[in-house]
Amino acid sequence: MKKTLLSGNEAIARGAYEAGALVACAYPGTPSTEILENIIQYEEIDSSWAPNEKVALEVGIGASFGGARVLVTMKHVGVNVAADPLFTLSYTGVNGGLVLVVADDPELHSSQNEQDSRNYAKFSKVPMFEPADSHEALEYTKLAFELSEQFDTPVFLRSTTRISHSKSVVELTERSTDIQQPKLERNPAKYVMLPGNARKLHYVVEQRTLDLEEWSCKQPFNRIEKGAGEVGVITSGVSYQYVKETLPDADVLKIGMVWPLPKQLIRDFASKYETLYVIEELDPFIEEQVRAMGIDVIGKDKLSICGELTPGRVKQQLFDQEIPTEDVSAELPQRPPSMCPGCPHRGVFYELKKAKAYVTGDIGCYTLGFMPPLSAMDTCICMGASVGMATGISKVLSAEEQRKVVGVIGDSTFLHTGVNGLMDMVYNKSTATLIILDNRITAMTGRQENPTSGYQLNKKEAPRVDMEQLCRAVGVEHVTILDPYDLAKTKEVIRTEMAREEVSVIITTRPCMLVPRDNEIPRPPLFVDNDKCTGCRACLQIGCPAITWDPKLKKSVVDKIICTGCDVCKQTCKFDAFQECGDK
Amino acid sequence: MSEVKNILLAGVGGQGILLASEVISEVMLMAGLDVKKNEIHGMSQRGGSVVSHVRYGEKVYSSIIPEGEVDILFSFELLETCRYLPLLRKDGQVVVNNWKISPPGVARGAQEYPENLVENIQQQFPSSKIVDGLNLALAAGNPKTVNTVLIGALSNILSFDRALWVTAMEKMIPQRLLDVNMKAFELGRGEA
Repeated sequence: MKKTLLSGNEAIARGAYEAGALVACAYPGTPSTEILENIIQYEEIDSSWAPNEKVALEVGIGASFGGARVLVTMKHVGVNVAADPLFTLSYTGVNGGLVLVVADDPELHSSQNEQDSRNYAKFSKVPMFEPADSHEALEYTKLAFELSEQFDTPVFLRSTTRISHSKSVVELTERSTDIQQPKLERNPAKYVMLPGNARKLHYVVEQRTLDLEEWSCKQPFNRIEKGAGEVGVITSGVSYQYVKETLPDADVLKIGMVWPLPKQLIRDFASKYETLYVIEELDPFIEEQVRAMGIDVIGKDKLSICGELTPGRVKQQLFDQEIPTEDVSAELPQRPPSMCPGCPHRGVFYELKKAKAYVTGDIGCYTLGFMPPLSAMDTCICMGASVGMATGISKVLSAEEQRKVVGVIGDSTFLHTGVNGLMDMVYNKSTATLIILDNRITAMTGRQENPTSGYQLNKKEAPRVDMEQLCRAVGVEHVTILDPYDLAKTKEVIRTEMAREEVSVIITTRPCMLVPRDNEIPRPPLFVDNDKCTGCRACLQIGCPAITWDPKLKKSVVDKIICTGCDVCKQTCKFDAFQECGDK
Repeated sequence: MSEVKNILLAGVGGQGILLASEVISEVMLMAGLDVKKNEIHGMSQRGGSVVSHVRYGEKVYSSIIPEGEVDILFSFELLETCRYLPLLRKDGQVVVNNWKISPPGVARGAQEYPENLVENIQQQFPSSKIVDGLNLALAAGNPKTVNTVLIGALSNILSFDRALWVTAMEKMIPQRLLDVNMKAFELGRGEA
């Protein structure tokens, strides 16, 4: 067996391959994205990006009912979108094994909330594995496929950012050949969830949970590691690693399947200790169930529900030990992320700010329009929310204030769940303006293909959704196509459409600067002519990383290595100080 | 080697930190050790602060370095170095690229880039190695090899065979860029 270093996400992809999966489907979302990006190396698996998580899961359900093993992946908030099919899939069960990977993001490294997906396992009555490193991520993925078929249920595999994005040592094995071949099989009593069928299956689901609970008490993935015998700890997932780091002498019950819990195993373990900890990130998910069994534990009375754990935080929160932290003093300026040089979103937010627009924003790179100096985003809730929220807030404002409302959404997010909001805008005669920042890629998660990009996950060419025709088809009369590098035009179009007392859509045309195939001949970078620059700082208001204020010179300086020559800064300069390199 | 050693890499998105941590981890794996490495992808890559944890030894549990137990702070930018100095052991070591990148607040003139950072680092950690990454990369023939220069400097203070570093780089770096990177690695090794 070959030893190699894999991230949790790479290990999950490998696990699906070794388990003989034939289909994989997902919508990108940090920290889950790299699973599908890695699975394309396995040509035996049909892998694809879906426009949203609900569609991804439905594609998965179809493939499972057809008899194939299928992997569906998403980030934690993606399960909110896919929850509708999920809860009923729990009733129908599967044909080919179906594993749903959900990657949580404790600490909100790249997310809008910190929800704990383990609650979904209990809520939807779907068993859930939780690996503690890449080795377990691979092994549990394979196990999850077997369990799915054995117990006729979808199975969750829950990762977190520190599992998905950590590399550790794994051993690879060959792909399983002992799997059933897909074929059509009619079984309406199982697959048609009319009340008469579903009512019966609910009993099956409840029995399934009892069976799983009893079965899991005897499985090696729920294991006891003996220590000095004085203190007991119940833990799972990444928290297990922090327990081993900070409480090396404790006896540990490491839980591999977090729902349903192995209750008898927990009872037997707990009976041996006067001091018993439950150490878990986010919600007191295990703790509440253990307490409900009448067992007293130390848990969230000490450990925070908010944020991720670390070895130091476990010591700090459980034992009041002081720990060092990174230097956050004001003398060291923070370094938040910002839009790239040449990003086509920049000019739009610059003009929205000047037009004093109230911007309902959305999820993507353009959420960075919130950051100073652009500071032109007023709301951001979830994928697609910009559209419905623009409609809603317009309903309650005066005619004058209504004109300030502009929804801003990217192409991938618009197709994810924004287009439904646009139908509502038209149908219910909203007066708001919607800007679709169409950069023809799902940029924030690392530039994944989508139905506007013209390519599939495997980079094969695909038809491209025509945004303008789509907007017109749902009934938008006023659709304007805009080059966002043209600031004067951007200003004019934004102000005209904001003033219009009907629904209107503006679609920007420039592709993401980081996708070379869509960009024309590179433009020459700019430099600042020091004789012309008056030090007025107007160009600093666009927040381009290529422009730096030189405090000694009292002038702006362009870093020509990263300048893309988009010319947006040039258009903010009244003194014509920006010149193209090569001009002189 | 019974205890676990900890290297914290720090810098700015786009500097090649993730590739550097891949190379280091691969060396440890080939040396027959248990290795874990950890970093955050996503939003932080848009020019924000980036850190990567590498831990190695006989058996590694947490992929996050316990706070205050960093043995080597391996840093690609001066301001980012100072941010993470409190996480070092008292007898820890710093290998740092002598390079400044203005954060957004400094770039637009709202904040100042702090002064005397090199002195500050050397005062707290006298064994620090200050590496002139860009000039050595230029000498190697490509300004984009700064991260390889720095790997060279780091390799000099770790007790692993040179051959392991070479093999790891051959595995991680595309063929057409290998020669210039090998040169950068050697220059970095000479510097430290």
